[in-house]
Amino acid sequence: MKNNSIKTVVAVGIGAALFFVLGRFVAIPSGIPNTNFTLQYAILGLLAIMYGPVAGGLMGFIGHTLIDLSWGGSPWWSWVIASAFVGVVVGLFAKKVSLNDGEFGKKEIITFAIANIAANVIAWIVIAPVLDILIYAEPANKVFAQGAMAAVVNSVASVVVGGLLCAAYAKTIAKKGSLDKE
Amino acid sequence: MAASTVLNYLPRKSVVHELTGTSKLAFFLLFTFASMITYDTRVLIILMLSSFAIFKISNIRIREVRFMMTFMLVFLFLNNLFIFLFNPDQGTEIYGTRTVLFHLFWRYDVTAEQMFYMLNISLKYFVALPVAILFIAATNPSEFAASLNKIGVSYRIGYAVSIALRYIPDIQRDFHNISQAQQARGVELGKKEKLLNRLKNSVSILMPLIMSSLARIDTISNAMELRGFGKNQKKRTWYMQRPFRRNDWLAIAFGAALLVMSLVITFWDGNRFFNPFV
Repeated sequence: MKNNSIKTVVAVGIGAALFFVLGRFVAIPSGIPNTNFTLQYAILGLLAIMYGPVAGGLMGFIGHTLIDLSWGGSPWWSWVIASAFVGVVVGLFAKKVSLNDGEFGKKEIITFAIANIAANVIAWIVIAPVLDILIYAEPANKVFAQGAMAAVVNSVASVVVGGLLCAAYAKTIAKKGSLDKE
Repeated sequence: MAASTVLNYLPRKSVVHELTGTSKLAFFLLFTFASMITYDTRVLIILMLSSFAIFKISNIRIREVRFMMTFMLVFLFLNNLFIFLFNPDQGTEIYGTRTVLFHLFWRYDVTAEQMFYMLNISLKYFVALPVAILFIAATNPSEFAASLNKIGVSYRIGYAVSIALRYIPDIQRDFHNISQAQQARGVELGKKEKLLNRLKNSVSILMPLIMSSLARIDTISNAMELRGFGKNQKKRTWYMQRPFRRNDWLAIAFGAALLVMSLVITFWDGNRFFNPFV
């Protein structure tokens, strides 16, 4: 068990670094102007489902804070909290999807998709805009429009890319009882 | 490479640099909350003046942080534009009056209240910017974990943050190498490819990155376990930690004073906004 807690510390660090690099430098044009698919939430989903809610939440929090700092502003706390929330919620499903046993069948795919969509929708349509209004007093329809956009883009990215990543990762692990006696 | 523009520490001889990381972190947080809570123009101006003054004594030149400045100005402009497009009457809702300066088209009137509201939003950016830049440019990243621990964050989290800071350049380089290699094999992420294929192609870049990162997690956690990380200890000592001096206490006191001032003036009349219109 001790080793596990060390591993979580390291996973949070590396996960936050991955989140930072993908969020800061990588963007896939979506075809709609000014809207890019960013991949950090796909990675966050994958790592949260591997390491659980605490690690997931911290990765989102630290990674997002570092991104905001690197752009040279003070962290935009409402969205940082929403990122952390995505990590926590997806992480809560970690027990249901045991990726480290090499299992990623139909049941796991559905659980993973539901977890990611639920997390992203609540985070970007409820948490981020409401905090924006409370903390920063921005116009309601602006923040909800931004939130809805983020919810759609991040859900698609994390379900499609995150799902494909999970499937590819699960394949690299030998399943339990995969050896047959001849 | 791009890495040089991210979170770059600029060592200098100055009062700000000589403060311990802990007091800079504490000041940064106090200051951020002070500027976040208030919309009172008078408080914002006081905060902005102190923020510019601190930047001045840090001996960091504007030229060295131009990149962040430009980015922030563009972002500020876009944010104001969107606020205006989505709700040209936000100012009226907040201040309760409506003084039309001139009419643009359709529902867009330029009102004095809206301009004043957007001026306050912009002020908030200018308040936060110098302090945030300084916090990054004047704090040695190695000292950061120690500072987090000192203000009460668990040392495990402090350690995670310092691992993140340490490995960002490595992962960035990995990502760059992998994506170049995959692009040489014809994996396309740009506009030439269909959207769904773009997402699929990104997987072929992310997968090797994930695998190498997982291997890295194993290596690092084994090394840390061998050195007895977290074994029956509530506390850690830090190589980079420095003792508090007089100036550190002064900086924290100054930050706390600003926060208290901001809270008192802002909530004195039960309203976050300073209203010159009534």
